[in-house]
Amino acid sequence: MAYSDKVIDHYSNPKNVGTLDKASKSVGTGLVGAPECGDVMRLQIEVDEATGLITDAKFKTFGCGSAIASSSLATEWLKGKTIDEAVKIDNMDLVEELNLPPVKIHCSVLAEDAIKAAINDFRVKNGLAELVFEQSHV
Amino acid sequence: MLKLPIYLDHNATTPMDPRVLEAMLPYFVENFGNAASRNHSFGWQAEEAVDYAREQIAQLIGADPKEIIFTSGATEGNNLGIKGVYEMYASKGNHIITCTTEHKAVLDTCKHLEKLGAEVTYLEVQPDGLIDLKQLEAAMKPTTILVAIMYANNEIGVIQPVKEIGAIAKKHGALFFTDAVQAVGKIPVDVIADGIDIMSFTAHKMYGPKGVGALYVRRKNPRVKVTAQIDGGGHERGMRSGTLNVPGIVGFGKAAEIARTDMAGDTERISKLRDKLENALKVIDETYVNGNPAHRLPHVSNISFKYVEGEGLLMGFNKDIALSSGSACTSASLEPSYVLKALGLGDDLAHSSLRFGLGRYTTEEQIDFTIKAVTDTVLKLREMSPLWEMFKEGIDIDAIQWAHH
Repeated sequence: MAYSDKVIDHYSNPKNVGTLDKASKSVGTGLVGAPECGDVMRLQIEVDEATGLITDAKFKTFGCGSAIASSSLATEWLKGKTIDEAVKIDNMDLVEELNLPPVKIHCSVLAEDAIKAAINDFRVKNGLAELVFEQSHV
Repeated sequence: MLKLPIYLDHNATTPMDPRVLEAMLPYFVENFGNAASRNHSFGWQAEEAVDYAREQIAQLIGADPKEIIFTSGATEGNNLGIKGVYEMYASKGNHIITCTTEHKAVLDTCKHLEKLGAEVTYLEVQPDGLIDLKQLEAAMKPTTILVAIMYANNEIGVIQPVKEIGAIAKKHGALFFTDAVQAVGKIPVDVIADGIDIMSFTAHKMYGPKGVGALYVRRKNPRVKVTAQIDGGGHERGMRSGTLNVPGIVGFGKAAEIARTDMAGDTERISKLRDKLENALKVIDETYVNGNPAHRLPHVSNISFKYVEGEGLLMGFNKDIALSSGSACTSASLEPSYVLKALGLGDDLAHSSLRFGLGRYTTEEQIDFTIKAVTDTVLKLREMSPLWEMFKEGIDIDAIQWAHH
């Protein structure tokens, strides 16, 4: 299968690979997927308490090139957004931007799930209720 | 100068040897006759070429030329061999024994026969990929008509104890069929010494053309017959109708001859390169070689690089190196290799595997390039892998409750 140039670019030069302190109150961590399925994504956000903006985002992904590209792009999009804006990131936006073929849509779903899991982790740590999300597009 | 890309997927197919092409060329335009045309020189010429190829192929496997039935390839050979025995020997029984690591052309053929009333036993393999002969013996019944076990596996290269399997089948009055597509032309195969009754193999895995294969069908001790699956003009002793692919057969013959004369030299050279590659990659932490290393084809190595995913790994170098992965991501099914799972590998290791298949034209320079490219990519992806980080922190990944998608 041929990959789009954008997937290849994110795979070759992934943005924001790394680890934030998951014990910190200002950091939200989302770990989604499963090794048996061939994809595990960990996405982390750091939120500025005063402004409510996502100041940093990091990821680590075990998976194919499309999974790596989806998480790399997600971290780029997250930075500078508020939590409310971040919640609105839709997996189909990732699909469109990366030109993912139908068999790779699940990679984008995983990235959207990782974002939401990270946001909820941050909310719980800060005494807020977990958000309930609708099913994303599979 | 190193020419890219490098081809290391010789279990999928092999490039054609230029000597094979040369032998085939006169049989397209000039000598185009139908080998079944008995009344003129065009037909005689074609028939003579086919007979010569039949001899070349028979010689490679220790058979009589009359025992070679030409087919379109090993998938057809597997279908004809298994379905043909099931139909021909229906009065004797309906039980077939095979194993879980067979090629789909064998497994799906068996599944098809199950729908028609066959009873099929699928033997499990041991963690090294070999079947357990005691289990085979125990599975034999009075109704067993066929034991269908492959000679060598296409994903891990493991060579089954063919001689012993043949002896067990014979002892119980069953026929022994083997899919030898990965073995013939690579290692010595002798249908007499190995006790094989029916065997499928193909040209394109041994530097010959695609679209032509053969089924060996024993004529003596016992005389075996298979029911034709394609009806028509009664070619190939009535077992496989259809005009013979003369240029393909000529190429197959030449490829068989070269395989026989060059086998010892090729094996020595290629196995050294394979060992060099494998030893260099085993140096990487948490790397596992799949399949029994002692009973294995000389040109194959299947390795799992734990905590990195196979397709992601391939992407790191697939513009320069062509090889294949047991990862599911390459298929639509999302299921990793059933062969690796049959060895008892967890899905995570199955997802992390690469199959290296070396060949006649593989050079040391290519192997050196591959060692570096694979090593660099594994290390890079591990830095990006949350599982590797957890492993390094001593977290038990198997104990985590993963949310399955």
